[in-house]
Amino acid sequence: MLRHIKHALFPFALVLVALTGPFVLEPFDLVNLSAFSAMAIAALGLAFAWGTLGILNLGHSVFFGIGAYAYAIAVSNFGDSTLAVLIGTMLPVVFSLVLGSCLFFSRLGDVYLGVITLCVTLIFYSFMTSTADPWFHIGRVPLGGFNGVTAIPSLNMPANPQASLSTEATFSICLLALAGAHVLLSLVRSSDAGRIMTAIRESELRSELLGYDIRFYKLVGFALSAAIAGFGGTLYTAMMGFVSPSVFDLPQASQFVLWVIAGGLGTFVGPVVASFAFQLLSSQLGANQVFNTELIFGATIVLFVLLAPQGLQPMIARIANLKLTYRFGIFRPKEKAA
Amino acid sequence: MDQFVILCFAVVNSIALLALISLGLTAIFGMMRVINFAHGEFIMLGGYATVIANHAGVDLWLSMLVVSPLVVGLIGAVVERLIIRRLYGHLVTTMLATWGLSLFLIGAVTAIFGNTTLGVSASLGNIAIGAYSISAYQLFLIAITALLVVFSLLALHWTKYGLIARAAMQNAELAATLGVDCDRVYATTFIIGAAASGLAGALLAPISGVLPHMGAAYVARAFVTVISGGGALITGFLSAATILGPVEALLSYFATPVVGQASLLLLAVIILRLFPTGLSSLWTGGR
Repeated sequence: MLRHIKHALFPFALVLVALTGPFVLEPFDLVNLSAFSAMAIAALGLAFAWGTLGILNLGHSVFFGIGAYAYAIAVSNFGDSTLAVLIGTMLPVVFSLVLGSCLFFSRLGDVYLGVITLCVTLIFYSFMTSTADPWFHIGRVPLGGFNGVTAIPSLNMPANPQASLSTEATFSICLLALAGAHVLLSLVRSSDAGRIMTAIRESELRSELLGYDIRFYKLVGFALSAAIAGFGGTLYTAMMGFVSPSVFDLPQASQFVLWVIAGGLGTFVGPVVASFAFQLLSSQLGANQVFNTELIFGATIVLFVLLAPQGLQPMIARIANLKLTYRFGIFRPKEKAA
Repeated sequence: MDQFVILCFAVVNSIALLALISLGLTAIFGMMRVINFAHGEFIMLGGYATVIANHAGVDLWLSMLVVSPLVVGLIGAVVERLIIRRLYGHLVTTMLATWGLSLFLIGAVTAIFGNTTLGVSASLGNIAIGAYSISAYQLFLIAITALLVVFSLLALHWTKYGLIARAAMQNAELAATLGVDCDRVYATTFIIGAAASGLAGALLAPISGVLPHMGAAYVARAFVTVISGGGALITGFLSAATILGPVEALLSYFATPVVGQASLLLLAVIILRLFPTGLSSLWTGGR
């Protein structure tokens, strides 16, 4: 029972912020935090695919980007954002099924899979930057090449394109969506299928010999992570009002990877916290102009890796464990059950 | 006819470029399994070393062929000692650390030299082929790349150090019981890889100029080449470059450079789908 309460604590905190935030925070912070949580949702998708299923997907940004572009094109064409969000969530799923069936059925190794996925997102980047010609258009939306799609309508009431939502409402939706994604993925992870996925992460060969079709489970997990990433992409685009090919580029791709490792591989709370922390850091550094952003950012990452190689959440959990054991008079750190 | 010669030249040039930028990565990633995201920045530092040395009055060829490898090798030694050494065997953590390093180096160079393109000129004149002309420097680049490849092939297979290095990479534990100091071999290999990347950057500096963000243009292509090459180190990435290079060159010529680069990545995906452990599994028996 205590365990369930402990697990519900984080989403509950998010819901609390979602409900109280609009009354406390400035509009500027609201917009920023909404964008951060859209990114964090996408990071959760990778945290699931990589941390739970062991798919080293370095090109997670491709799903994020497809979702973002799909939303941009759909909402500009149809005007209704609910449908656009749906399309932006489903299109990455379709793509992930195609890509996944190529990847998992050829039994590629870890590193190779990572590089192929990275290539895929870079291909999208190259392609999208070369669509400056007005010939590249979908409906009445030009893809716009390097500048991307601009003037994208934000979220609106379902079936009523005129009634666009306020900043406060969008903020609440983004944070609630983050909490929802967290709960959904936690539930999937603790379901029967989720346990099989964890087994696949631990040992593909053993799971396969036990009779599980690892390709099927990987494909399903991959599609789920793509859906989450695409959903994050739609929210991000709706917040920002524009989307450019940089959603596919190398910095974006590595950012997701960074957040997941920094937060702790195999955890969900860690990546969310890490994504907020790093985005906050980079926006603060970008604002003050005193130091070079990349210099500080890079140094932070290197120091972080050297000091907390396990990631944020496991490190904090270990410190907490240590304290408990000291308190009860046992001086040896408690052996953690696997 | 002239156009055909020019096209052939472009193809060879493209192969040489791929081979040049992936040579250093072969040592660091292919041998040591360190995913070095800072590879592009090592290339960038090599370029900067050349430009700075040249502007300070050092002879261009000296600064390209001697100063740059030395400087970047030295930086590589520091990086290995401070960061990489603690992380051997942790694939993911190394990746993150080198990514941080890459950002750090970009930031440091931007802070010191500014976010502008610097250049050197290595004018060797042009060689006329019918109505077209090709730059002699490009020929020099191809020649020196071929030389480097042959040299590293010999060093890896004919010298004692090459043997020890291969042994340490294949089975570190066994090599250690036979008295090989693996830490030292790793460090040396990393430094050599860094120096090779620095040399690549130096050689590219007269063509492309140097700016802090130039590494990004090379890192993906280098990784793709090394990985499609697979287990056999030099022959592997060379064969991958030979297949990927022409495709990029020809499609860049007939379509646009963007199409060329995209098709290079696409071809790599297809190669890895057909040969999941890289091209060289064809003649090494899938190792």
